[in-house]
Amino acid sequence: MGSILGSQKFREIFFQALVLSVVAALLVTMVMNTRASLEAQSLTTGFGFLERATGWDFSFSVLPYSISDPYKKTILIGFLNTLLLGFLGISLATIIGIVIGLIRTSKNALFSLLGTVYVEIFRNVPLILQGIFWYAIVSHLPRPKAALSLGDTVFLSGRGLYFPVLNIALWSVALMILLFVAWLFFLPWLRERMNHSTNYHVIKRIGWILLPVIMVVIGYLARTPDTPLLNMPALKGLNFRGGMRMPPELSALVIAIALYGGAYIGEVVRSGLMSVPKGQIEAGFVNGLKPRHIFSRIRLPLAIRAVLPSLTNQYVQLMKATTIGIVVGFSDLFMIISTSINQSGQTLELLAILMGGFLLINLSIAFVMNSINKKIALKGYEVKS
Amino acid sequence: MTNTKTTYQLPPQISFSQRLKNSLFATPFDFVLTLICAALFALLIYWFIDWAFLSSIWRAEDEPLCKEASGACWSVIDARHRIIFFGLFPFEEHWRSTLACAVMIATIVASCVPWFWTAIRLSALWLIGFSIFYILMHGGLFGLSVITPERWGGLALTIFIFAAVSIIGMPLSILLALGRRSKLPVIAKLFGLFIDFFRSLPLLTILFTAAVITPFVLPGWLQGDKLYRVIFGFALFFAAYQAENIRAGLQAIPPGQDEAGLTLGLKYWHRVARIQLPQAFRNSLPAIVNQFVITFKETSIVTIVGFFEILASGSAAFGTGKWTVHYIEVYVFIGAIYFIFVFSLSRYGAYLERKLRVGHG
Repeated sequence: MGSILGSQKFREIFFQALVLSVVAALLVTMVMNTRASLEAQSLTTGFGFLERATGWDFSFSVLPYSISDPYKKTILIGFLNTLLLGFLGISLATIIGIVIGLIRTSKNALFSLLGTVYVEIFRNVPLILQGIFWYAIVSHLPRPKAALSLGDTVFLSGRGLYFPVLNIALWSVALMILLFVAWLFFLPWLRERMNHSTNYHVIKRIGWILLPVIMVVIGYLARTPDTPLLNMPALKGLNFRGGMRMPPELSALVIAIALYGGAYIGEVVRSGLMSVPKGQIEAGFVNGLKPRHIFSRIRLPLAIRAVLPSLTNQYVQLMKATTIGIVVGFSDLFMIISTSINQSGQTLELLAILMGGFLLINLSIAFVMNSINKKIALKGYEVKS
Repeated sequence: MTNTKTTYQLPPQISFSQRLKNSLFATPFDFVLTLICAALFALLIYWFIDWAFLSSIWRAEDEPLCKEASGACWSVIDARHRIIFFGLFPFEEHWRSTLACAVMIATIVASCVPWFWTAIRLSALWLIGFSIFYILMHGGLFGLSVITPERWGGLALTIFIFAAVSIIGMPLSILLALGRRSKLPVIAKLFGLFIDFFRSLPLLTILFTAAVITPFVLPGWLQGDKLYRVIFGFALFFAAYQAENIRAGLQAIPPGQDEAGLTLGLKYWHRVARIQLPQAFRNSLPAIVNQFVITFKETSIVTIVGFFEILASGSAAFGTGKWTVHYIEVYVFIGAIYFIFVFSLSRYGAYLERKLRVGHG
């Protein structure tokens, strides 16, 4: 008997079983508690509420909507708003980051100090404070009557940024984007398939010419009948009519995420540029390459390869950071979900949707970036850095 | 016998002026660039000093002058700084909040001194520092009147959340890291799942869950105050990230170290406490400090789930009457407070990184 209890194997299995049963007991207790408190508040569980009309308004939507839309559409709008905010913020942050990374690696001490000052200021102040700061600035811009304008086509005022937009249906824009992305994915596949032959280059050239033509045709077919092609914003009474409006909430958040993320991405880019071995650059010089070619053909590709994993990480972090949008009242996924919880009481279901949404976004970013990483990683042999 | 003594040649000495020339005026293009940058810096510094100091209004009673002044109107800080720092804390007890913050800052500074870097000293330091902070803030002992956490606010609440998250999260993170590296497959999977779950979610959703949802899930006697629930959720989030830093440090230790301990007959906990953890902390100290830096910044997010920490109390400071126009000054002031804390912590992290690199050669 003693030998069984004393054996290492038995103790290990016993311990693991114990931990598992404790966890299981905890989960069961939580579920029972939840059920009890839901019954006490006489709430029905399940996702049936998604079909009900919401009856409340929110600040911003990329799709046309009304307050009688069902919950599922409202939540979809929140999801799209989060995607839009994340896309705009991350794109701008990447551009700023590359510029800052280049400035910081400059040989000129004063010039690189400029980059350092930028990074230290924007990295060391919480994003949420930057968000409300920019929101205060943007929403205190002049009233529509005194709006700053750019040739009477683009207007900037406390109500937001107004700019002209094409009078075409939304589905056609989505189709164009889809077409473009598909083309970008098709090219590398074709190149692999055709082994870089001349035919490939001919097809590539034809494609680049044909693509805009197809897009114009789609746009023409999808234009709203009996309207001018360009929908211009114009001052009517106290506010602007027509055109597209970028509300101050969105602009403030995009500015904040771009500046904050730019500081972090700048550091990532800098470390990537610094990781390129000096010998590689010198080899370029020896071969008589021009400085801009050394940059575009040697330093940048090698740096991108080195930083892609940490860049992915940074993108995921920035995407998660978009949740602070609620602090200025931007109707992103988090704000829509938390309003829905207040209004419908379907707490657990809505929370599951929220977590699922973020999981989906983050896994997609990781998937795309990892596929790029796999494409550009060194193949065949390892090179010590 | 020949003299085998080698002579080492010093690297060529470069004079200061030569170095300056190399880094600023190497080419004509650099010359122009340097001039432009110098002008830009001069402009920025002049503009900032003029706005913040030369053309600014300082005293609360001078507020009417702000309309004409081109600089900052610091009157709002002079008049409302007590709200920013103390929130709703009772006026006559503000000294307690100030003292508590000073004690906690001293604790944070002291834990940067290598003398404290043993498990016993560090835990003793933090337990004592945290207890003094809590007694000063909460009262009920030594004749201090009781002030419940609902009335805490401002800088003290920010520091309290940061300290509490660290003090709960740090031991938890060690446990999580060890659990994930466990040889027992069920334990390793379970801890891995836990860590990845918390890392994949935005902090705000976790704080929101802790504040709003846990009352549904937990039995009544386990719920506690909303503040403590949020702190606990924050600590779990912190621990999940910190555990990955510690795990990276553990993985960098050569396996021979642990095997040597095994050969000497050391028990698991001895090997962990005396061989693995000290080296793991040394390996990933910069990353660990960096996580504290991020956590201090992220305490500002609790404002969304309804706490009156320094960001919310700042917004309240310019929320009434004549002060509403002076929002920029308040935001700059709060930004500067955050900057002082976060910048010094991150500089300390960078210093550690340099120092530790020397040891590794």
